[in-house]
Amino acid sequence: MQEAMINRAKELMADGTVSRVIGWKRGEFAYDITPAVFETAEEIDSDFVCDDFTAANVSKYLIKESRKEGRILAFLKPCDTYSFNQLIKEHRIIRENVYVIGIPGGPKLDAEKLKARGITGILGVRNEKGTLHIDTVYGEETMPMFEAILGKCENCKSTKHVVYDELMGEEGEVIADSGRFDRVAELENMTAQQRFEFWREQLSKCIRCNACRNVCPACSCENCVFDNPDSGISNKAAADSFEENNFHIIRAFHVAGRCTDCGECSRVCPQNIPLHLLNRKFIKDINELYGEYQAGEDTTSRAPLTNYNADEDCEPSIVHERGAE
Amino acid sequence: MQRIGVFVCHCGTNIAATVDVKAVAEALGHEPGVVISQDYQYMCSESGQNLVKDAIKEHNLSGIVICSCSPRMHENTFRKAAAAAGLNPYLVEIANIREQCSWIHRDIATATEKAIILGKAAVAKVHLNTPLTSMESPVVKRALVIGGGIAGIQTALDIAEAGFDVDIVEKEATIGGKMAQIDKTFPTLDCAACILTPKMVEASQNEKIHIYAFSEVEAVKGFVGNFTVKIKRKARYVDEVKCTGCGACIEKCPMKKVPNEFNMGLDNRHAVYIPFAQAVPKIATIDPNYCMMLKNGKCGLCSKVCAAGAIDYKQQDSFIEEKYGAIVVATGFNPIKLDKYDEFSYNTCPDVVTSLELERLMNAAGPNGGTLLRPSDKSHPHTIVFVQCVGSRCSDEKGKPYCSKICCMYTAKHAMLIRDKYPDTEVYVFYIDVRTPGKNFDEFYRRAVEQYNVHYIKGMVGKVTPKSDGKIDVQASDLLSNEQLHIDADMVVLAAAIEPDKTARPLATMLTTQMDTNDFFTEAHPKLRPVESATAGIFLSGACQGPKDIPETVAQGSAAAAKAIGLLCKNSITCNPCVAHSDELMCNGCSSCEKVRPYGAITYSDKEFRMPDRTIAVRRVASVNPAVCQGCGACTVACPSGAMDLSGFSNSQIMAEVDAICK
Repeated sequence: MQEAMINRAKELMADGTVSRVIGWKRGEFAYDITPAVFETAEEIDSDFVCDDFTAANVSKYLIKESRKEGRILAFLKPCDTYSFNQLIKEHRIIRENVYVIGIPGGPKLDAEKLKARGITGILGVRNEKGTLHIDTVYGEETMPMFEAILGKCENCKSTKHVVYDELMGEEGEVIADSGRFDRVAELENMTAQQRFEFWREQLSKCIRCNACRNVCPACSCENCVFDNPDSGISNKAAADSFEENNFHIIRAFHVAGRCTDCGECSRVCPQNIPLHLLNRKFIKDINELYGEYQAGEDTTSRAPLTNYNADEDCEPSIVHERGAE
Repeated sequence: MQRIGVFVCHCGTNIAATVDVKAVAEALGHEPGVVISQDYQYMCSESGQNLVKDAIKEHNLSGIVICSCSPRMHENTFRKAAAAAGLNPYLVEIANIREQCSWIHRDIATATEKAIILGKAAVAKVHLNTPLTSMESPVVKRALVIGGGIAGIQTALDIAEAGFDVDIVEKEATIGGKMAQIDKTFPTLDCAACILTPKMVEASQNEKIHIYAFSEVEAVKGFVGNFTVKIKRKARYVDEVKCTGCGACIEKCPMKKVPNEFNMGLDNRHAVYIPFAQAVPKIATIDPNYCMMLKNGKCGLCSKVCAAGAIDYKQQDSFIEEKYGAIVVATGFNPIKLDKYDEFSYNTCPDVVTSLELERLMNAAGPNGGTLLRPSDKSHPHTIVFVQCVGSRCSDEKGKPYCSKICCMYTAKHAMLIRDKYPDTEVYVFYIDVRTPGKNFDEFYRRAVEQYNVHYIKGMVGKVTPKSDGKIDVQASDLLSNEQLHIDADMVVLAAAIEPDKTARPLATMLTTQMDTNDFFTEAHPKLRPVESATAGIFLSGACQGPKDIPETVAQGSAAAAKAIGLLCKNSITCNPCVAHSDELMCNGCSSCEKVRPYGAITYSDKEFRMPDRTIAVRRVASVNPAVCQGCGACTVACPSGAMDLSGFSNSQIMAEVDAICK
């Protein structure tokens, strides 16, 4: 796939369709892959990577990239296309300036899960019939593929691309039984005290590095409330660990109804906080209270939380009643 | 440094009986920035207001907090007082310690504690208040009356009399409403049509009044002084301009078996019809549910006989849009459906009728030409039983909890008319109470009992059973003699409760006005503002606000007109300065706010910005039209970045209040 992508990218650059390409390049380690913009065929040849570790969602970069001179080619996995669409809907990405090639998604691999098995010095990975052959500086190691899947790929919601100009590989479909709300349901079944303790324990690990916010495609405000001294909740040395807790809760509220569940927040968290569960709780609630809604599925529908409907919304009545506790 | 004055009102004992007002004044006196904290028996009185004014001058106050009743009640009073003393009126905050505190608590300690907290929140907010200036917005000198019954007609006539254009939108083919169906009116027994139809004609001939009959309000946008209303003109399949109302089409129409709504379905009309002889406008309407030409393209007789060439089978619903300064709601009432009252056999026995059906049965233009005959066999009824409160004052879900108000009087009227015209007919009236408050009302009822010998029996009818011999067995209890009665009646008349028209609720939503649980429109104040809705520029006329008889309806119609005229007389009105505004440097242009705005005040444009890195970027940003914004604040909570904020209720002010409460 990587070969085909490189060839197509160079073709599109050569015929003038695009002037730049956003993809991924390798970092210091084989599993250490970051988004990158390529401006020449040479750069693409030498650095462009797309393999089992290229999990990063490049949609958010297109807010800035689509506002620069010329058109940019973006390779988007199915989950990335939802984020891309949501940003189109919010008028953040200029659609005409992006040429989207849909590429197959994951499951992508989590290097941390390999390391947890004592596999270090990783040079490369081959996936053969569900078994990973890991080439390391100490020789080859093997492990079952399913044990190394990245958290965000475990409950994949869709292998369908909701937007593209061109598709490479086969089109997938929406996965109805992804089980992505199972863990949320478990949390819902806890007592309030248990749930509080669960989240206190998880969120107290936060070092407030802001990686979750910085990677989140929904967190793309011109001026984030956490950077705005007038907002009253801007970044500062926390007086107690509860402030970190609030940071995540405020963030979850801010992306509610706009979060496409791309899972980047949990992927980048250096403390392995399951942040996606907060967002999934909102998504689950929205689905239950207002009917099924998938952010980013399209660019025209109205999100349940930001919609005014004169026929229904003036009724001062209860939208939904849950069963008695 | 802020210099804040706090004024705690006793409201007589309304607040002081449950809240220790002196303790509240004392506690709030220690809040930061508060330089004076006082209590007074009636802060809204002239001397109370003078206290506030003097304090503003004497202490050079920069903001004031009034701990009193709801801001809906006296916020304006205190804003005016502040303005008179030279303080910007928007530097006044009200802490509601009456409706939200003293009235709902019994324990003095808790109520006092809560009053202090509410006061602290208001002090915290007033710290962040900024002076605001109102803008002016022009008033469109045209009124809309929704509903063309006697209420709407009276309102329209009065507004037109004052020299303003007024449009009536009526959903039926003619104006006139319920009063047109009524035979005689109490307490004077004059003919309803004789007094109504001249008013209908007057309305149609008044050059200031335009009647949109067979039309409905489809959408309402805008705000007081500047509403834009979309009106649906339903297809009549008859050209309104060409039709002369000659009736030739009706004579020729072969489809004669259409239930006649105007006669409550007691006889039939043609598929093309004019509801009644005095209809205004007198224009034929084709009923597409029955017209054979419209249903299957076979017939076309009416088109052939129409000398004016007015028949147009291809006519479609059309829409017009018009601007109005004021809207008067006059949507009226209907009797409730009686299908849940099996005990009265309404659905099974044709001789059990509602009072409105009886009106038609007795009317000279009704199905029997004014002779009262049983619907089943057209025989003369010798015993008639009236049942009061069918669905009114009802404690279960079948009926309505309220008194329908008009039934006692119209039943006395019916009983009297029947006894007068047919002295051989015995008339029984079963009642819970006879309610006759009104000028000459009780005298009227006494006449029915004493002069016309109508048998009034206190007690309810338990069961009405049609018998095989055509009689109707009425089983009832006489509560005064404690007897069970069986009456062999020829007819039973049910005084069905009245309810607001079904179109009222969707209309209330369009107008963003309030309704009560029974779907009656809620007035702005039950005593002091009875014809205004809580939404500025929307007025209430007639039974849409509550059950009313004709004299009351006409009085209220004129009152609503007076209020509308008061608005239309103004060239401009002062706008609420508490409107939203967007901080363009923070705005993402994401359109979240635009999707929640109810008033359409937000637009987007691409603007050039100098970015922190000294480049120029073109960004999509929101801006608010302050003349259209009504300050609902929906956009401020939808905005992810906090770019949208509401003057007078800014995010920081709300947070300060929350902080003060949670401290």
